[in-house]
Amino acid sequence: MSSQSAIPNPQSAISVTFTLNGSSVTVEIDPADRLLDTLRYRLGLTGTKEGCGEGECGACTVYLDGVPVNSCLIPTYQVRDRKVETIESLDPRALEAFERCGATQCGACTPGVVMTAWWIRGHPDLLRTHTIRELMAGNLCRCTGYDGIVDSIKEALGER
Amino acid sequence: MRRREALAKLTGREQYVDDLPLEGFLWGMTVRSPAPRGRVTAVRFGKDVDWSQFVVVDHRDIPGPNVVALIEEDQPVLAAGYVRHVHEPVLLVAHASREAARRAVRSIEVVVEAEPPALDFRVVALEDDVLVVKGSMQCPYYVLKALQHALARDETRVRVVQTPTGGGFGGKEEFPSHIALHAALLALKSGRPVKLIYDRGEDMAATTKRHPALVRHRTGLSRDGRLLAQDVEVVIDGGAYVTLSPVVLSRAIIHAAGPYACEHVRIQGRAMFTNAVPFGAFRGFGAPQTQFAGERHMDVVARTLAVDPVELRRVNLLKDGQTTATGQVIRDSTDRVAVMERALELSRYREKQGEHTAFNATHETLRRGMGLATFFHGAGFTGGGEVALKSRLRVAGRADGGVEVLSANIEMGQGTLTVFTELAAARLGLDPDDVTIAEADTSRVPNSGPTVASRTTMIVGGLVERAADDLRRRLGLDHSARGADVKQAIRRWHLEHPAEPLFGEAAYEKPPGIEWDDKSYRGDAYGAFAWAAYVAEVEVDLRTCATRVIDFTAVQEVGKVLNPTLARGQVQGGVVQGIGWALMEECTWQDGAMANNQLTNYLIPTSDDVPSIRVAFIENPYPHGGGGGAKGLGELPIDGPAPAIVNAVAAATGADPRTIPVTPERLMELMEIADFGLRNAD
Amino acid sequence: MNALLPESIPEALDMLARDPAAVPMAGGTDLLVHWPVRIEAHDRTYLDLSRLEDLKPLTWKADELVLGALTTYWDVIRDERVDREFPLLVQAARQVGAIQIQARGTWAGNVVNASPAADGVPALMAYDATVVLESRRGREEVPLDRFYSGYKEMRRRADQLVVAIRIPRRTYSFQIFEKVGSRRAQAIAKVGLAVTHSDAGWRVVAASVAPTIRRCLAVERLLETGARAGVSSSEDLSPAIAQDVAPIDDIRSSARYRNRAMARVLYHDLKDFWGPLLERRPRADPLP
Repeated sequence: MSSQSAIPNPQSAISVTFTLNGSSVTVEIDPADRLLDTLRYRLGLTGTKEGCGEGECGACTVYLDGVPVNSCLIPTYQVRDRKVETIESLDPRALEAFERCGATQCGACTPGVVMTAWWIRGHPDLLRTHTIRELMAGNLCRCTGYDGIVDSIKEALGER
Repeated sequence: MRRREALAKLTGREQYVDDLPLEGFLWGMTVRSPAPRGRVTAVRFGKDVDWSQFVVVDHRDIPGPNVVALIEEDQPVLAAGYVRHVHEPVLLVAHASREAARRAVRSIEVVVEAEPPALDFRVVALEDDVLVVKGSMQCPYYVLKALQHALARDETRVRVVQTPTGGGFGGKEEFPSHIALHAALLALKSGRPVKLIYDRGEDMAATTKRHPALVRHRTGLSRDGRLLAQDVEVVIDGGAYVTLSPVVLSRAIIHAAGPYACEHVRIQGRAMFTNAVPFGAFRGFGAPQTQFAGERHMDVVARTLAVDPVELRRVNLLKDGQTTATGQVIRDSTDRVAVMERALELSRYREKQGEHTAFNATHETLRRGMGLATFFHGAGFTGGGEVALKSRLRVAGRADGGVEVLSANIEMGQGTLTVFTELAAARLGLDPDDVTIAEADTSRVPNSGPTVASRTTMIVGGLVERAADDLRRRLGLDHSARGADVKQAIRRWHLEHPAEPLFGEAAYEKPPGIEWDDKSYRGDAYGAFAWAAYVAEVEVDLRTCATRVIDFTAVQEVGKVLNPTLARGQVQGGVVQGIGWALMEECTWQDGAMANNQLTNYLIPTSDDVPSIRVAFIENPYPHGGGGGAKGLGELPIDGPAPAIVNAVAAATGADPRTIPVTPERLMELMEIADFGLRNAD
Repeated sequence: MNALLPESIPEALDMLARDPAAVPMAGGTDLLVHWPVRIEAHDRTYLDLSRLEDLKPLTWKADELVLGALTTYWDVIRDERVDREFPLLVQAARQVGAIQIQARGTWAGNVVNASPAADGVPALMAYDATVVLESRRGREEVPLDRFYSGYKEMRRRADQLVVAIRIPRRTYSFQIFEKVGSRRAQAIAKVGLAVTHSDAGWRVVAASVAPTIRRCLAVERLLETGARAGVSSSEDLSPAIAQDVAPIDDIRSSARYRNRAMARVLYHDLKDFWGPLLERRPRADPLP
């Protein structure tokens, strides 16, 4: 991003190859680029949102090797040779329960919410030790009051 | 009907302003005042920066008057030599690299000869080509007006387009005019597109927040608990500029006496100028502040008189034929006591009280309690506001036979797209897929007013229906024509009138019998009120004085419920915001600046902090509301949770909190000072 | 920003020896907070540990549990054996953010970030954990309760890398973890407490009430001796607490609140051990 910077700084571009939504990609990045910025501004995957930039809100949640993480807290170079999946990788047809139960309102938190929710749906064993509400606590939502989200996950679990 | 844009949002395809593809653009940044008040004596630019590569804008670059046009014209677009609050914008900088722009902003020093600021509102004295802007906003026409004014352009040379908007809640009512002006100035000077995106820290520090308020009540009652006199004083902190403070104050005081009958009411309100970052619209718009005070006060009264808080409310809740504080006669036939009874029943209020007595007697460190709040919220602009707005809306017939709704009201999660679709489709007997909602682009849509004040469904929704009727009339169709007949007529009309636009139009008409006098502040303050009763159950840990809401019931009468899923979601979301407001959300100020402008330190509730919110509606259609009787719903749910929760904390602990949020620190102080039951915890 | 990308521990130690100002980075959950606006942080060099496979495993040995420097909170949460033997580690891990942070944040990172409000460190310290440091010059082990020397200061030389945390396996008769935060999930502790009892004695560790996380030796002494008989209210703990900690007023809470909450939580959670009347036994060994 700062290759055309007017201010000298010590950064030099590095090349990073990783698997993104099932395909291999290689990008030249500044070491200071967060995975979030690389996805949004370099690769055009704007489904992943920035909500806080401090790992509190979860709007930027993606899967790293299958586990939800905050892409605002990951330097892009750390995903080299690893597997990254974003909201764009999910099958829209599978999200019917979320549509039905009012899981989204303004939508700013929604891609992150859906990523965590979908991961819970894929790991129902987690509910032996955790509640849905505890597992969703890393995704802040200002609109729904969370009931619509929790209900959707319950329904989606029932549909497995 | 399901939310229209749900799938786009769920899959990440919805493009918000920062998601839009843009070629050859610059990143804009704002240089802000470091001090709350004083003369700007110098602006020093970093020496190690090649400034020839940057676009820099200051107040001298503003073509028109240096003001953000709103109610008053007092707030500059960019400070011109004098600043009145911390973070006031002074300069704008743009560069193709975001990092370079950030470093450049960091290298600029704004030197302010500081003057003593007024930071405590409780003690200060009372003082009296076409430019296209796309962005996240609630009121495209507000932004248009501000751009025309400061940039000295007529409306043919400015166009404002609302992009999908994340959580507005009032924060995007008046403030987007600033961002739009700043981005426009940089774009005009550079001749390039400019993208100005605040990160969360800048957003929290520099944009508007809910007005802090201090409310005092004195109340006289009869022996049997009837309100005889209410004397209420309301003071709000307006911050450094007028912004919307007068109208926030207006709504605050009109709601201050609560949904009760009382013959002798005096309410005095003042908004104070300080050197705080200006406060502005936030869900509820003054009413939550005064109704927190009022509903908390009802419980204080009940405790003082040793009467049951439920009975005190039952005796005083407005009955049809009685009047509000402004003399508005209530005659909507809603049974407000029944609303309360339903909340008590659904929450098992009486049974729980008994259970809590037993629980509290046996448990060493936990205390439980129930709290009630009964309240109301007026929908639409206050007083003559709707008349002054003169909202207009169109429903156009498309060549394919479908229709397009053209309005300036926007979707920000509350459901405008879905509800307008449902209303137009139902009115014309069309399939929802035959209805599209136009992008809110000021070059295309008429000014149907701002998306605020719980007015969209009730007021603008009615315009959608009447514009649909007008379209049918223009097609020469009978009022009963529906579905295929309408589609066919639209298609035929287009064949007969090639290249001509076809639309039906509607303009706001004051419902009969509504009168308001702004001079005496008497009359019908709102076309309709929504009514509600909320019950909170809390548990307080005496070791830490931390409060948790363990159950919550929200019962409301909002006229006709048009979309149950969306309506329930609005209420649940409002309640959870209210839980945050009651217990944890607090701006910490240091020298006029927000010190906790991070989501790590300004905490909002997570999914794990709140219970499932039980919601019930009692329907009593409002004859002049959209969709055959909807009333405003969006703001109501933020009014009731805080008093219900704090009343529950009082019931659980015996403490008497009168300030929110009731943080553990505050509750511990209260309980120790009052020498209440922390004995158990000691 | 300059990133050093070692593929092995020796390579990482070489890089650190050459450039001791380099900041080791594992999960990045502390280092990348507010990254875009922390321009000064962009001008530093970072040593990326994420590929050092040898640092990943959580290893059970006969007499100890070893957390590799890349062991995450989530690794611990998902290990049922940890929940059985060191339940405070699991409880603490579940208090660190939510899944997104738990999956990335490491125990070693929590130790070297040296926050006085850390969630993981109190639990580790209450289990007598030892920090294993390695450099080109060799290996060094420092007990965690002697690792911190002041606010954000620790006994780690710039060329040293934390490679593991060793936790002795013991039988615990009492153990609690308490986090007093402003909300249930994802909050920074206003008071944190981890308390254990084993044959090695009492360990009372407090967070957010001093410049570093620390053992409360005066409270421990109180528990070890007959003096505990004189404790009949949380007030009676105040003198010992005053010797052990010195909380401050800050953006999240007040010194007064922290003192009182700590006293009350300690008093109530250890209620079975205070006062003159009861024959006191650890909860794990209930009276018949």
